[in-house]
Amino acid sequence: MKVLIAGIAGSLARQVALTMRDNGHEVSGLDRRPWRDAPKGITVHAVDIRKRAAEDVFRTLRPDCVVHMATINALSAGGEERARINVGGTRALFEHAKKHGVKHFVFVGRHTYYGAGPDSALYHTEDEPPQGMGVYPELADLIAADLFASNALWREPKLITTILRLVYTLGPSQQGTLASFLRGKRVPMVLGYDPLFQFLEEADAARAVALAVDKQPRGIFNVAGPHPVPLSSIIGYTGRTAVPLPEILLRQMLGRFGFPDLPKGALEHIKYPIVVDGKAFREATGFTHTFDEVEVLRNYRLLTGG
Amino acid sequence: MARDEPIKDLVNRLELPFNAFGVDPYGISKKHLVTFFGVLGWFYRNYFRVQARGIENVPPRGRAMLVGNHSGGYALDGALVIASMLLEMNPPRLAQGMVEKFMNMLPVSSLWSSRTGQFTGLPEHAERLLFDERLLMVFPEGAKGTAKLYKERYNLVDFGTGFVRLALKTKTPIVPLGFVGGGDAVPTIYNSSFIGKLIGVPYVPFTPYGIAAPLPVPCQVHFGAPMVFEGTGDEEDVVIKGYVEQVKARIAELISEARQARRKRVRGGGPS
Repeated sequence: MKVLIAGIAGSLARQVALTMRDNGHEVSGLDRRPWRDAPKGITVHAVDIRKRAAEDVFRTLRPDCVVHMATINALSAGGEERARINVGGTRALFEHAKKHGVKHFVFVGRHTYYGAGPDSALYHTEDEPPQGMGVYPELADLIAADLFASNALWREPKLITTILRLVYTLGPSQQGTLASFLRGKRVPMVLGYDPLFQFLEEADAARAVALAVDKQPRGIFNVAGPHPVPLSSIIGYTGRTAVPLPEILLRQMLGRFGFPDLPKGALEHIKYPIVVDGKAFREATGFTHTFDEVEVLRNYRLLTGG
Repeated sequence: MARDEPIKDLVNRLELPFNAFGVDPYGISKKHLVTFFGVLGWFYRNYFRVQARGIENVPPRGRAMLVGNHSGGYALDGALVIASMLLEMNPPRLAQGMVEKFMNMLPVSSLWSSRTGQFTGLPEHAERLLFDERLLMVFPEGAKGTAKLYKERYNLVDFGTGFVRLALKTKTPIVPLGFVGGGDAVPTIYNSSFIGKLIGVPYVPFTPYGIAAPLPVPCQVHFGAPMVFEGTGDEEDVVIKGYVEQVKARIAELISEARQARRKRVRGGGPS
């Protein structure tokens, strides 16, 4: 099967590409960022998904499946640019897919869609609406992209659409939201809070996306792996030092003194958990994770010298 | 009286799926439970000298819903019922209450309520825990129940109906309980919602001696036989209210029994 990955230069997307190539698919990708020394058998088109050149790739390649991994979060770009990439890019990919005969579209979204807050339930299921935009407005364009992709389920009945809401990933690339948060030796916590975090090893996350391509489940699916772990345990077990600070002080220190530069609203995500129920995806695809929570954290500690 | 087995051993005997970090899938942590019950167990055994009767009515395994009365002040009764499940049951069980949202909004309280399995009272939480064969603890009087004044301590205020619908939907037995002593421990004469608003809680109780520090009075909790209702949870209000009234009436009886037993303990000089 011909698979086109949008955002192929991203760390997780590269692993997805390799996994799918190894599964026997003909893999190519779009990204305005370079993937130097892209491995044999994987073609990378250096184009922006929102530009005309991207449609040319669809026209000439005529992929069977598109995997959309070209969304970005608030750590990568600010306001308008992020919205253009997330919402505009998603729209462009769906339009090209429809026009050029794509049969299956996989949107790889995030579990942060559900939002974090004091009255947010543990183990979100796919039928829940997004919350938390009031306190974390930077999430709005990612949520809009997810909802736009989700309504393709009725808007484009001939297209098989799979929406994945993936938990955080940790692994050798040391990229991603959780890895960025754990980058320093000292990791801030909000004093008096210790939320659960849910994560998958990168290889497991890549396998999950590849499984979605192979099994073509139609619908929205949370993708989760091991049991969630309290943030303090993640910090301790990866060899970092937790620095619990009163919220009012922490707000002033973000981006300074070696602390990560997070949007203010992201503090909700280190106060309250976002935990999803991955049962529907497991049932639809047979997915099981191979690395448990202890292995993921131990490997990460060894990898990063924590 | 509660068994004298060390708290750590009791926590180790909880039949919950703890992982290598000592944390279960909901974030309940062995380490936090040991500390929490270490403090609570001392109060249960020595300060409030709680006497629990009918503990054999609580199923040792599988889904069940403890439904009881608040006795005033604040949710001291809830904490002591949770303690009774660990200290008196064999095997010990963790009762999981449905707490007010403000508990999860406040630092420290958010952490400890989460790590000890006392989650925000959301229907999603309650349903999931029951389908997961946990022991849920519900006080259908809600915050109006904890806000009872000293003179109202044995009264029951209006019950919500959600717990019966949930029990029917999840086919869960309801174990009624009557708790007495909380109103004497925290003899509330006034609740200030103004001060409560300032610190982010529904109200702050005041006693004749000022702050609402609990007095060392004996407490009594009686558990009744499980009540099982047939249905889907989608019945009309009039049907549900009928079931709620049955549970409420049974709790009123248990309160009455517990009052008598407690009176005997206090007057008779027996083990209190």
